[in-house]
Amino acid sequence: MKKVLVLGATSAIAQATVRLLAARGASLYLTGRNAANLEAVTKDAATRGSAKVESQVVDLNDFNSHEGLVEAAYTALGGLDGVVLAHGVLGDQAEAQRSWEATEAVLRTNFLSAVSLLTVLANRFEAQKAGTLVVISSVAGDRGRQSNYVYGASKGALNVFLQGLRNRLAKSNVAVVTVKPGFVDTPMTAHLPKNKLFASPEKVARGLLSAADARKNEVYVPGIWAIIMLIIRTIPETVFKRMKL
Amino acid sequence: MKAWESWGRYPQVEQQAHTLVWRTDGLPSKDGSVLPHGLGRSYGDSCLNAGGTLLLTSGLDRFIAFDPATGVVRCEAGVSLDTILRLAAPRGWFLPVTPGTKFVTVGGAIANDVHGKNHHRGGTFGRFVRRFELLRSDGSRRVCAPDENPDWYGATIGGLGLTGLVTWAEVQLKPISNPYVLQETVPFGNLDGFLEVARASEKDYEFTMAWVDCLARGKKLGRGLLYRGNFAPPQFDGLPLAKSHLSHGVGLAVPMDMPAFCLNRLSVSAFNWLYYHRQNGKPKQRLTHYDPFFYPLDAIYAWNRIYGRRGFLQFQCVVPYSTARDALKEILERSSRGGLPSFLSVLKTFGDIPSPGWLSFPREGVTLAMDFANRGEKTWKLVEDLDRLTRQAGGAVYPAKDARMSPENFAAYFPQRERFMPYVDPSFSSSFWRRVNPVSLPFSLAAERGASAAPPPQSLLAIR
Repeated sequence: MKKVLVLGATSAIAQATVRLLAARGASLYLTGRNAANLEAVTKDAATRGSAKVESQVVDLNDFNSHEGLVEAAYTALGGLDGVVLAHGVLGDQAEAQRSWEATEAVLRTNFLSAVSLLTVLANRFEAQKAGTLVVISSVAGDRGRQSNYVYGASKGALNVFLQGLRNRLAKSNVAVVTVKPGFVDTPMTAHLPKNKLFASPEKVARGLLSAADARKNEVYVPGIWAIIMLIIRTIPETVFKRMKL
Repeated sequence: MKAWESWGRYPQVEQQAHTLVWRTDGLPSKDGSVLPHGLGRSYGDSCLNAGGTLLLTSGLDRFIAFDPATGVVRCEAGVSLDTILRLAAPRGWFLPVTPGTKFVTVGGAIANDVHGKNHHRGGTFGRFVRRFELLRSDGSRRVCAPDENPDWYGATIGGLGLTGLVTWAEVQLKPISNPYVLQETVPFGNLDGFLEVARASEKDYEFTMAWVDCLARGKKLGRGLLYRGNFAPPQFDGLPLAKSHLSHGVGLAVPMDMPAFCLNRLSVSAFNWLYYHRQNGKPKQRLTHYDPFFYPLDAIYAWNRIYGRRGFLQFQCVVPYSTARDALKEILERSSRGGLPSFLSVLKTFGDIPSPGWLSFPREGVTLAMDFANRGEKTWKLVEDLDRLTRQAGGAVYPAKDARMSPENFAAYFPQRERFMPYVDPSFSSSFWRRVNPVSLPFSLAAERGASAAPPPQSLLAIR
């Protein structure tokens, strides 16, 4: 990935990924909602060795902006060969159970906005017969649990969409990489008590990039989550529904 | 609330933590006091805030600008010196002043106005800080520079993180022609030998420091090895400047807390004897990468664990040249007699270049750093004695390495304390600061002067 669009560049995992890409001398087009924060990430990338960095303040929940955004990225970088889709919200499960609006907000940001963007990007990449689409999903999408099934559903739906996209784009030499991080120590999880399963954003970013380089399909980062989720997925539903997870 | 410890692992205190994420964000509204905390490499309690909140600067780790033509780097306060070196060294720039570890943040280097092996040439880190932004708890932001808010500039450099939060800083780096140092090791037989070699080396060598065998006694008191060096000249004969040479990874790790019996007088004595004698009494030259030259201990990750669970006390003092010989002799004798070996002791001369920081520790003279495994009251008594000897010699003890100096000694070591006081942010405090400024004790310096320092109260020892 030499010319990369990073969506949600001010998130912790995206920031760490941007640093690694910058150190490789990649050209970057960054988006974020907060102008000051986005500028901080942009300058950091430029200082760390990015060949070219441009940015755009945009709320990705405004689906009408997506076409223009992708066009702007193509123009600014003279093409695109990589996308890192990193925007998302954790939401509040209790709040979502009380209110459809809260549920819809999570689904809009994590699933619908991603689908809208990937529709535009997939068509471009399919036409150019090259490129890597990296999407940050979550282990939470592997199985619904009472503690965060709304977030999990948004990521689970995303995973299925990406499977189909991967199937469609395989013949066009476009890689679709689903990255499933476990617990990551970021501002998104600042309120949660930490344990040994929490990984740093840097570690997740390294795993993400090596998966992108190898054009993998689905990866768990760190790898230990492949085993954990295998076990979680294997528990029979009759037992699982009684568990407190 | 969580138990936090500093690099010396003493004391361990309960406090909350708040991670700062963006430099444009305001400070969190918290009950009690806050204190900026970088990588926690201060040894004692100057980076701790018992019962209060630590403002973790780990999220403020972005660069803002770097100009490879002028060597000026601007970055957020949580960027480590290691990160700066990774960016700048391959482009021909180096830190103008660096402490013995690169795992400190820019904010921490400012707050402690750190020094390095080149103090006689370069002075302190603060001299190369061109400007920084200071965020106060009232929400105000000030850009501070020698000619802009100079009072805040002077108070914050060496100000132990108490004047507010430094959000970003601009540092002038210095050019190097390659990452190698031409190093020479010179043995000296005693303290007089050190003073002689050190003074003589200052003229031709940018970097000097000495390891001292602090268990040697009598005529050999203060014997050791002086390391001196300069960055190697450009295009040094046949040297490849391969990329692999530009980085130097972490080598070893101390995997667990070492049991206390590993560090005793016999083992330290044997180590020191071997270390001194591998030199055969002759000067030795070699070419070395900057990493092992400046940061030998960084190669052993978590080396503080060799002192075990109870941690250790660091003691670093500086004494003026006029009293250095006698005072250091007494200090070395006292610690050697105490039967509590210092594993690593370092001597270095400080030059007369003044720091812009009011509360800065380095001043002209000779500095000695020692670390003592924490063996309770015996160790405390010894270090209190060293405090007293330092004060009598007109010297000072380094707050960044202290966990126990008395309020009276602090006031005597830092005569600019009164001038500094009004600049302390009302919401900022540290365990160190409350210790050396007990509110309930309106002390008269004159009455205290000359009085011997009292041993620590039992309650202090019981903190752990």
